[in-house]
Amino acid sequence: MLKEEKYQKLKDIIKIYLPEDVAVTDIEQDSHFMNNLNINSANLVDIVLDVEDAFDIRLENDDMDKMQTVNDAMAIIDAKLAEK
Amino acid sequence: MSRRVVITGLGVCAPNGVGLTDFTNALLEGKSGLRHQPNLEKLGFGCQVAGEPLVKDNLIDNYFTPLERRGLNATGIVYGVIAGVDAWKDAGLEKNTTNEPSWDRGIIFGTGILGVDKFREAIHLIDEGNVRRLGSTSVVQTMASGISAYLGGLLGCGNQVTTNSAACTTGAEGIIMAYDRISQGKAEIMLTGSCSDSGPYVWGGFDAMRILPRSYNDNPTKASRPMSATAAGFIPGSGAGALVLESLESAQKRGAHIYAEVLGGEINSGGQLGEGSMTAPNSIAVQRCIRNAVTNAGIDASDIDVINGHLTATTKDGLEIENWSKALGRNHDDFPYINSFKGSVGHCLAAAGSIESVATILQFKEQVVFKNVNCDDIHPEILKLISDTCIPRETNNHAPKVIAKASFGFGDVNACVIFKSFTKE
Repeated sequence: MLKEEKYQKLKDIIKIYLPEDVAVTDIEQDSHFMNNLNINSANLVDIVLDVEDAFDIRLENDDMDKMQTVNDAMAIIDAKLAEK
Repeated sequence: MSRRVVITGLGVCAPNGVGLTDFTNALLEGKSGLRHQPNLEKLGFGCQVAGEPLVKDNLIDNYFTPLERRGLNATGIVYGVIAGVDAWKDAGLEKNTTNEPSWDRGIIFGTGILGVDKFREAIHLIDEGNVRRLGSTSVVQTMASGISAYLGGLLGCGNQVTTNSAACTTGAEGIIMAYDRISQGKAEIMLTGSCSDSGPYVWGGFDAMRILPRSYNDNPTKASRPMSATAAGFIPGSGAGALVLESLESAQKRGAHIYAEVLGGEINSGGQLGEGSMTAPNSIAVQRCIRNAVTNAGIDASDIDVINGHLTATTKDGLEIENWSKALGRNHDDFPYINSFKGSVGHCLAAAGSIESVATILQFKEQVVFKNVNCDDIHPEILKLISDTCIPRETNNHAPKVIAKASFGFGDVNACVIFKSFTKE
C-alpha cells in the first residue's frame, strides 16, 4: 500500500470524528488529534478500532497511548503492517 | 408556591404513527400498529405479534449526526430522541446555541431498560475476551439515563436532567414529576416523556410469563383487545412519547400554543400487600391514587368527562373499570367516556404512559374522543359496571373538558394525571 493511499484511508477514518468547527482540510500530518483537531478522548478510542478494521491490524494499549498525532498513527500502522 | 402548568409541545414515535400528523390520523381511524414479527417467529415465541414504530432510515438522519449514528444500536434512544426533539420544536423552542446552559429548562425522560441490543453486542464481545473492542458509546447507549443524557446534550438544558423508571407507570409518573417541578417554581420548562426499546430481548420475558396472546399470530391487528370478552393478554409494543410542560407565565410570555393544562395528579404504590403483588395491583391503592389525583387537581369527580385507562387487554381490565367506578363514585350511564389506545398501539411498556398521554392530549386539539378498537364484544363484567355507550367504538365528536389518565405498573405502582382543556381563567 502506498503511503499516500494509507494517509487517505486514515483521513477518511478521522473526518467523521471531527467536531463542527474543524474541516477535513485542517487535517495535517502533524495534527494532534485532541489539541489541533479537537477530537475528544472517547472518540480516539473509536478511531483506534476503525484503524484496526481498515488495516486489519491490532493495536495494543501501548500503541494507543503513543498515538497522539496523525504522524504517530501512520508510524504505528506502518510498523504493524510490517510485522504481518 | 403553586403555579399553573400547561402543555405546549408534543412529540411521538409510536407503532401506528411517527410524528403527530400520522399518529393523529391513525387514532382517528383506529389504525393498528401491531404486526406479525418474523424474528419472533424464528425465535419460537408464543406471541409473534408486537408493535414497533416504522422509522425510516433517512428520518434518523434528521436527528443524529453521521458520527452519532455510527454504532448506534439502541432503538429506545432513536425513538426517544425523535419524540423529544419533535416535542421541543412543536413547542416553538429552539436548540440552545449559546454557551450557557438553559438553567430553567430540564428533562425528565424515563425508560425501563435502554439499549438492550447494544448491551447484547457488548456481552458477546466481552465473553469473547474482546472488551477492548466495545467502543466509546457502549456505556451511554446502555445506561438507563442515556435517553435524558442524549436529549440534554441536544437541547442544552441546564435544569434537572434525569431518567425515571417505574415499569409501565414511567411515562405518567414523569409528567407528574415535571408538573411538580414547574408548579414549585424550580423550572420553567420541562421536557418529559419515556421510551422503550423494541425487540425479542425486551419482549421475551413477557412471553415466558405466558401473559401474551398466542392465537393471533396470523391476525395481528385483532390481537390486542382491551375491555373485550375475548381479551387474551397484552401485545408488547415500543416507541416513545414526549410532552413539553411549561409554566403558564412562560408559555404566555412566549406566545406559545397551549394544548391543555395539567391540573395535577398522584403517584402511589399498593406496597404489594393485600391483593397487590409484584405483577398484580392492589385495588385499594389504585382507587386511592385516582381519588387523590382528583383532590390534588382541585376538581370534583363529576368534572371528569373522559378517562384514558391503563387497560392492557388482560383479565384485569374489568377490575380496573371497577376501581375507576368506585374511586369516582360513578357508574352505568353516569360514567365518563373511557378508552384505551392499546388496541392499536399495544402495550408500549415504559413508553405506554407517555405515548398514551400524547394521544390523550390530542383529543383536546381534535375535540373528539378517539375510538376503542377490538372491543365490539365488551366483557360482560364491564357491562355490569358501566354502560356500553361510555366505551366509544367509533371516534366520537365530544370535545373533552377534563381527562383523567392513569398508568399502572409491575411493582404495584400507580400514577394518575388530570388534564384540562385550557381556558385563561
